[in-house]
Amino acid sequence: MQMKLKIIADEAKNMYNLRLGFIKIMKKKEILVLEDLLGSNKKIASEIRKELTQKGILTINFMSSPGAGKTTLLERIAEHMRPQYHMAVIEGDIETERDAERIRAKGIPAWQIVTGGACHLEAKMIGKLFPKIPPDLDFLFIENVGNLVCPASYDLGENIRCVLLSVPEGDDKPKKYPKAFTTSDCLILTKSDLLSVVPFDSERAQKEALEINPKLTVFMTSSLKDLGIKELVRFFITSRQLFLDKNA
Amino acid sequence: MHELSIVASLFEIMEEKAQEKGSKTIISVKLQVGKLSGVVPEFLITAFDMYKKGTIAKNATLEIEDIPLTIQCKTCGKTMVLDDFVFICLECGSQDLKTVTGTELLLEKMELEL
Ligand SMILES: Nc1nc2c(ncn2[C@@H]2O[C@H](COP(=O)(O)OP(=O)(O)OP(=O)(O)O)[C@@H](O)[C@H]2O)c(=O)[nH]1
Ligand SMILES: [Mg+2]
Ligand SMILES: [Zn+2]
Repeated sequence: MQMKLKIIADEAKNMYNLRLGFIKIMKKKEILVLEDLLGSNKKIASEIRKELTQKGILTINFMSSPGAGKTTLLERIAEHMRPQYHMAVIEGDIETERDAERIRAKGIPAWQIVTGGACHLEAKMIGKLFPKIPPDLDFLFIENVGNLVCPASYDLGENIRCVLLSVPEGDDKPKKYPKAFTTSDCLILTKSDLLSVVPFDSERAQKEALEINPKLTVFMTSSLKDLGIKELVRFFITSRQLFLDKNA
Repeated sequence: MHELSIVASLFEIMEEKAQEKGSKTIISVKLQVGKLSGVVPEFLITAFDMYKKGTIAKNATLEIEDIPLTIQCKTCGKTMVLDDFVFICLECGSQDLKTVTGTELLLEKMELEL
């Protein structure tokens, strides 16, 4: 009898403990965080911008879909910048050193970031290259990974952001990929030599891009025929002058 | 598809905040995702479910609040929601606008087990 009572008592105790445990497990707390998921990238980017600005280096980020002509345009820009201005290029690609090699062949310092799968560059990747960047540069170009979507979310510490749209891609792209256009300062319509063979309404492309972002400065270039490159380079040189005056 | 790297930063913040509060289990997470944030909510959910395995959020639920694109016109002063990405005031046609909401990519809150 006593034995049985003890068992019942033990069981009650166990159940009580279990319930305590249960209550303890279910104790919840809601916390308000309100943190930007890109906050750490933004912080690194602003440090990069500050350091490059102190050195008088104007940094330009090129974004476009694969093959819109970023590397070819940089090759032409290199020819137009010489010999007065010093430039260097950071190349972002998923695989291969190819683009950096093309730039080096022009006598321009270039570093390749191989992302190994990542579809965009992040500020910390640029930060890692920092010790290599010579302080006497005038311009640092960053060629982002070919992708019209993802790179747009990442500030790399640049002063000017350019989106390239090539004629064969079609004039309807600004509305379809708005983020790249809303966050850019310049729109460069590339491969203008193909206007005679591909239907591309450059008025429409410009109009729709400016509806999304009225602050865009628009350029039309052909790297193949060396058209519009001089104007673009002049814009970069003027921007750098303004930037130097502002930060003097 | 940069949603996976966004989710990686999300988990860094989640784990740090949970640790601060002494919690080892995250029950739920709520994000604010603006229409102009550049991420696709569906991909975020997929990436979250892949990433959470074996973490302190392994059973956590994810809620996403879609934040519309809201602008304030600097010419007429009106505030309005834009349904597409045409940055023109629907009242007066001005292009001098300020974005009020729509660029958010925020971890708003989470529920922890203590
Ligand atoms: N017709 C014509 N073709 C061009 C022009 N610029 C570049 N191309 C061609 O377009 C192709 C791609 O050019 P790239 O400069 O490699 O393009 P990219 O944007 O650097 O490509 P990724 O780095 O792979 O994203 C090459 O075959 C170029 O020869 C141009 O102005 N006109
Ligand atoms: Mg390239
Ligand atoms: Zn208005």
